Amino acid sequence: MSALGYAAVAAQTGAVVAGAPLLTGLMRQVRARLEGRAGAGVLQPLRDTRKLLRREPIAPAGTGPAFRTAPALLVATTLVVATLVPLLSTDTPVAGRADLILVVALLALGTVTLALAGLDTGTAFGGMGASREMTIAALVEPTLLMAVFALSIPAGTTNLPAIVDGAVREPDRLASPAGLLAAAALVVAVLAETGRIPVDNPSTHLELTMVHEAMVLEYAGRDLALVELGAQMRLTVLLGLLASLFVPWGIATSASVGALLLALVAFAVKVALLGAALAAAEVFWAKVRLFRVPELLAGSFLLALLAVTASYFLSGA
Amino acid sequence: MIAAGLGAAGALAAAGAAAGSVLPGRARLIASGVCTAGVGAAGCAAGAGALGGEQWTGRLPELLPLAGTVWQVDALSGLFMAVAGAVVAAVGVYGIGYASGHGTLGLASRTAQAVLPLFALTLILVPAAASVSTFLFVWEVMALSSLLLVLVEHRARAEVRTAGLWYAVMTHLGLVLLLAGFALFAARAGGEGFAELRAGAAELSPTVRGTVFVLTAAAFASKAGAVPLHAWLPRAHPEAPGPVSALMSAAMVNLGAYGIVRTGFDLLGGGPAWWWLGLMGVGGVSAVYGILQAAISSDVKRLLAYSTAENLGLVLVATGAAGLFAASGDQGLAALALAAGLLHVVNHAAFKALLFGAAGAVVRATGVRDLDRLGGLRPRMPVTAGLFAVGALGAVALPPGNGFVSEWLLLQSLIHGLEMPGVAVAIALPLAVGLVALSAGVAAAVFVKALGVGFFARPRSREAERAREAPPLMLAGLGLLALGCAGLALVPGLLGPGLDRAVADAGLPGTGSVAGGALTVRLHDIATSLSPLWVALALTLAVLLATAVPRVLGGRRRRARLWDCGGGAPTPRMAYTATSFAEPLQRVFDDVLAPEQDVDVTHVRESAYLVERVRFRGRVPDRVEHRLYRPVLDGLARTGRAARRLAGGSVHVYLGYGFVGLLSLFVVLVVGW
Repeated sequence: MSALGYAAVAAQTGAVVAGAPLLTGLMRQVRARLEGRAGAGVLQPLRDTRKLLRREPIAPAGTGPAFRTAPALLVATTLVVATLVPLLSTDTPVAGRADLILVVALLALGTVTLALAGLDTGTAFGGMGASREMTIAALVEPTLLMAVFALSIPAGTTNLPAIVDGAVREPDRLASPAGLLAAAALVVAVLAETGRIPVDNPSTHLELTMVHEAMVLEYAGRDLALVELGAQMRLTVLLGLLASLFVPWGIATSASVGALLLALVAFAVKVALLGAALAAAEVFWAKVRLFRVPELLAGSFLLALLAVTASYFLSGA
Repeated sequence: MIAAGLGAAGALAAAGAAAGSVLPGRARLIASGVCTAGVGAAGCAAGAGALGGEQWTGRLPELLPLAGTVWQVDALSGLFMAVAGAVVAAVGVYGIGYASGHGTLGLASRTAQAVLPLFALTLILVPAAASVSTFLFVWEVMALSSLLLVLVEHRARAEVRTAGLWYAVMTHLGLVLLLAGFALFAARAGGEGFAELRAGAAELSPTVRGTVFVLTAAAFASKAGAVPLHAWLPRAHPEAPGPVSALMSAAMVNLGAYGIVRTGFDLLGGGPAWWWLGLMGVGGVSAVYGILQAAISSDVKRLLAYSTAENLGLVLVATGAAGLFAASGDQGLAALALAAGLLHVVNHAAFKALLFGAAGAVVRATGVRDLDRLGGLRPRMPVTAGLFAVGALGAVALPPGNGFVSEWLLLQSLIHGLEMPGVAVAIALPLAVGLVALSAGVAAAVFVKALGVGFFARPRSREAERAREAPPLMLAGLGLLALGCAGLALVPGLLGPGLDRAVADAGLPGTGSVAGGALTVRLHDIATSLSPLWVALALTLAVLLATAVPRVLGGRRRRARLWDCGGGAPTPRMAYTATSFAEPLQRVFDDVLAPEQDVDVTHVRESAYLVERVRFRGRVPDRVEHRLYRPVLDGLARTGRAARRLAGGSVHVYLGYGFVGLLSLFVVLVVGW
């Protein structure tokens, strides 16, 4: 494997880490403008992260290793996912190991560590956030897995670069009923997984509605910076995954500097567009009641199940 | 190696039983425990020998009258022997620590210490049996010895007696089914040795084959804790002492899976698709139903018992898928599915023995099984908490845990079942994938609850506050299991050749379905691979990076109070309990779980507008048990009560019964013959 492959991996990981705060800034700015506010600017989350990283973290009384290691673990799982998912190139040294089931499981691992940290504090908020988060995660994980299967059946493998490669070569796969159903299911699952508006409001601090925020209330300083960065990176990676799976054009399928640069630009544009669209949609949506969320997720689970069944029937018999 | 291992196991079990029934006090525990661990080690060695390619056939005619006993060990037996042996060895060490300082009432009693080595021996001998009579004999000894061990604390709690009754009845119903199935099989095949059955199976009519499979599979599925025959499992496992529940849940239930593989694939030589679709259905329902019951259970050992039903359900799904693929003609994929199932048996045994062991340590230290009353154990029992976390990581089926590898294999085999023709497959496989995925999702919530509510936060009762770390011998036993979990999680490829041999011995020609050496799990003719070690390394590296970089930039960590909203320090009563943690999930699955809630309002006597007392009671009964068993039990009780009227106490009436009975017998004889 060439050095260019390693460069691609490094570039996409770097793009996710550095781009995640910018994406959040962009989404906030879009919302602000649509709501008639001036907004804090695209760079604000970056400034927040820099500020928080310099402050001391807190070890609240009675918390243990689960609480202390969770932020790093959250970022770490997302980092590994960011290296695996073919965001820029399908021809990387890790391409053979980029398994879709593994990606879903790693993201779930991040959720689990944060929920455990919430329980570790022993406060009512921590427990409440963890309970809600795990309830949602218990329904999101199967939906993600099912949507994954629907996509991997036509490709004959769960290997991500192979799926993306196949989609670039045969765009018909994406326009098939199974592909569209899977896309719809995956979008809902991504919204739930990243805690966006119909499921959770990322900018709320109201105890009746919050999920993610309730779990991380005790974090401060660089821990909080990591938690925030982890959440932003998850959003970026998942939007990038959506883009790679359903609009795979622009991703480099062979190693060349030009293709890689083009892919970097395409990736940034695609994710920025997806993020802006999501932010714009969020202005018009209301957050769903917590106990209506499972209905939403059950709906998307059924869509995914239909997608899998459809791909069995359409390509099997 | 096999013969030597089995011989050593038998001798050690006899020595252990003798020592357990004769020696006094602590010497009894040590002698019996060491012998039990030795039985396990010997069994594990024998199993490892068989996995390495060795075969052994033996005949001990003097052990049973008439038929004698026949034994045969191939790689399939070897796998189950090795798993049971490894679990027994670790639990044997753990058991010495568990029973010491625990009085003579429970596990330390003479009976229990004498029975424990025997139970351990049967766990190893069941897969070695190679004739119907031998098999049933060892099977029944296993059932009886485990029943005695479940009952050892019967004086302390009334529930133990109920659990024992349920277990005794269920396991013997299973035996009846097994007896009927094997008797029919042996009668038609013209011999009771497994070799004769194998030879005669091809000439049986489809009806007989189907009947034999359904009868034996129902019995074995009941042993594996499959819904709806699982009712004994959530009672017997929690009420048994720690080591016994670990042995039952990690080694005994596996033999249910073994029985299905042995009879379905090896003896009957596979069968039509409907057998396997049925098995997949039972497995899928068990997986989801089991994990949902675990999600709402606040008793830690009951939660683990239901999780066993879930995991064995997954194994049955894999076995059913293997049979389905074989019936459709794709031997390679069938071998892969079966390998996934067998690997899940191994993984489940490792993490479930560890979890039950750690839960046993908690129960021993606190006397409490209710998660709502635990909490705060991490600073008090740090090693136990860490070991429980290792087991929980395996059980949630997320990397880098060991459960992930086998669930990944299972999902891969189900996805690639696409090449199969047929409508049944096209409906069954996506549904199976959905059920497996759903159970994996809920499992994450279950073990976050068990670990987070049970071990983290602050203690919610005085018992939890006073908890002390378990004795070193217990921790040593659990440490061995944790090492096993880590090994299975990081280098599962080492098991590859053994798995292939076991699958081949089940009658599915092994095509090297799982290969790729120690580091990578690569699937034969499927372009997908997984390297757990690489994943673990990448995660470690990323964690180091994510910890080190911010530390360079930021300040030192400062201790502080919890944020209390300005309302004074939070008390344990404010923390989330297991029940409150599970409440949203329970609400989501309302229709499946059917929870019951009672609100009793007592009004003040003078005015109906004033309330004196409100009592709320919420519980979630096992719905299958409620709907399926309750009516049968009620019917039996009603019949019993009605029949009581027949015995009025009058001698004349009894004489009348005898007279009428005799007359009817004559009539039948005259008319019928």
